[in-house]
Amino acid sequence: MALSANDSKTLIAVKDISFSYGYAKVLKNVSLDVKSGDFLAVIGPNGSGKTTLIKIILGLLKPYEGEVWIMGRRVEEFLEWQKLGYIPQKATHIDSFFPVSVYEVVAMGLLSKKKFTRLTKKEEELSIQNALEQVGIEDFKNRRIGSLSGGQQQRVFIARAIVKQPHILFLDEPTTGVDAETQEHFYDMLDALNKKEGITIVLITHEIGIVNRHVNKVACLNQRLIYHGTHAEFCHSKAFKEMIAGGHHLISHRH
Amino acid sequence: MEAFFSYGFVQRALLAGIFVAIACALLGVFLILRRDAMIGHGLAHVAFAGVALGLFLNVIPLVAALIVAVLAALGIMKLKEKAGLYGDTAIAIFSSVGFASGLLLVTFAHSFNVDLFGYLFGEILAIETTEVLLSIGLAGVVVLIVILNYHKFMYMTFDRDSAKVSGIRVDRLDVLLTILTAITVVLGMKIVGLLLVAALMVIPAAAGLQLASSFKQAILLSSFVALISVFFGLLMAFYFDFPASGTIVILSFLIFGLFFAFKREKRLF
Repeated sequence: MALSANDSKTLIAVKDISFSYGYAKVLKNVSLDVKSGDFLAVIGPNGSGKTTLIKIILGLLKPYEGEVWIMGRRVEEFLEWQKLGYIPQKATHIDSFFPVSVYEVVAMGLLSKKKFTRLTKKEEELSIQNALEQVGIEDFKNRRIGSLSGGQQQRVFIARAIVKQPHILFLDEPTTGVDAETQEHFYDMLDALNKKEGITIVLITHEIGIVNRHVNKVACLNQRLIYHGTHAEFCHSKAFKEMIAGGHHLISHRH
Repeated sequence: MEAFFSYGFVQRALLAGIFVAIACALLGVFLILRRDAMIGHGLAHVAFAGVALGLFLNVIPLVAALIVAVLAALGIMKLKEKAGLYGDTAIAIFSSVGFASGLLLVTFAHSFNVDLFGYLFGEILAIETTEVLLSIGLAGVVVLIVILNYHKFMYMTFDRDSAKVSGIRVDRLDVLLTILTAITVVLGMKIVGLLLVAALMVIPAAAGLQLASSFKQAILLSSFVALISVFFGLLMAFYFDFPASGTIVILSFLIFGLFFAFKREKRLF
């Protein structure tokens, strides 16, 4: 079920979150929201708390202060996990000997959906086939995932995330260690998911250049939230100039 | 061959052996991929304390071992989680303390006897009907639970965080998998003995993982290796008077070696 990109209701609200690993404070009083149809980039230097923030939003970590709301419910009470897709940072650093086929990985994505809707075997196969075709890896479905290239593996994880037709897709540095051309195709694919399918996307990235072409919102993080707003305003902001001065990787893009 | 199948003790051994071998192989695949292969070895040592406690208190050793092994399995999980220990440290602590406690108990109970050696080295050919029924029942439950939770176990083994985000109760499944492992270790000790039960969990699964290109294949191949090892192990024990437990383990190792060589061959050519 695709959402309308014009529907601007708040899907995620992060309210005054603080978090620390032991004595090391990682996030300090961070608040932001994600609206339906957004393509939000969360950017910031290493150790700025980007991954921690996403993990808190997804309920994988508990903040010592503040709260997270997903689709109108506190994350602790949220049950509709089939509406969220997640591709973790280490997704493409999988053990190459792990005996799991592309088809099996994509089928994992349907597990949470099956709790809510009884899918027949045929419907399940059709959903998986559609997801594989959408990301262009249908020919690899019987291959062991470890035998694929980094770019192909990413597509498998995207297929796993979209097979359940999520409303929000979270990606944590999905193009680490992937060549520039594959990155370009990958972000085009995300663009299509956002604009054509109406999937809200939250993307953690180091590549500020990505921001220029694809996203409509930016959250700039360095333990505190330095900037949160539209991409157009971000390009003229102090935060952007500071990040460029800090030597962040910039990729050129066609406009 | 007809003579082999005609004996009651062989039929009992085959029945119990097949069920327990499948349970061991199924769990073994998950344990290896979770880098938890040594837990079977650790729990077997703890189960020795359970057997000793059973002999000491004069209750059925298998039941005492089951209770002690399940409690130890949960203890290992808690110790790993709370004490922030590295790798297999929690397993090493529990297995050593378990074995030491067992030694003390059998000494106090003056139980260094045939019964104890049966548990240490396995006595599948001397398995009794009640033990067969217990083994079939419990191993059947283990296999059924693994089949029912197969996709969830696979997901959390492959990508724990994503499985959590899918709403899978990963922590609960961890406990379930640990309890199933403890039960299977205790069942396996009657087949190959406490000292070799870990091998029955690890070697067939490791063999299956050599050739599998999907999770389903890994599960099926591992179960096949376990079955073949138990069947031919018993056959050789019957005809050549080999010790059944040792033969089963060596056979599974030979199949592992064969699969390993085949995999290398496939890569080379």
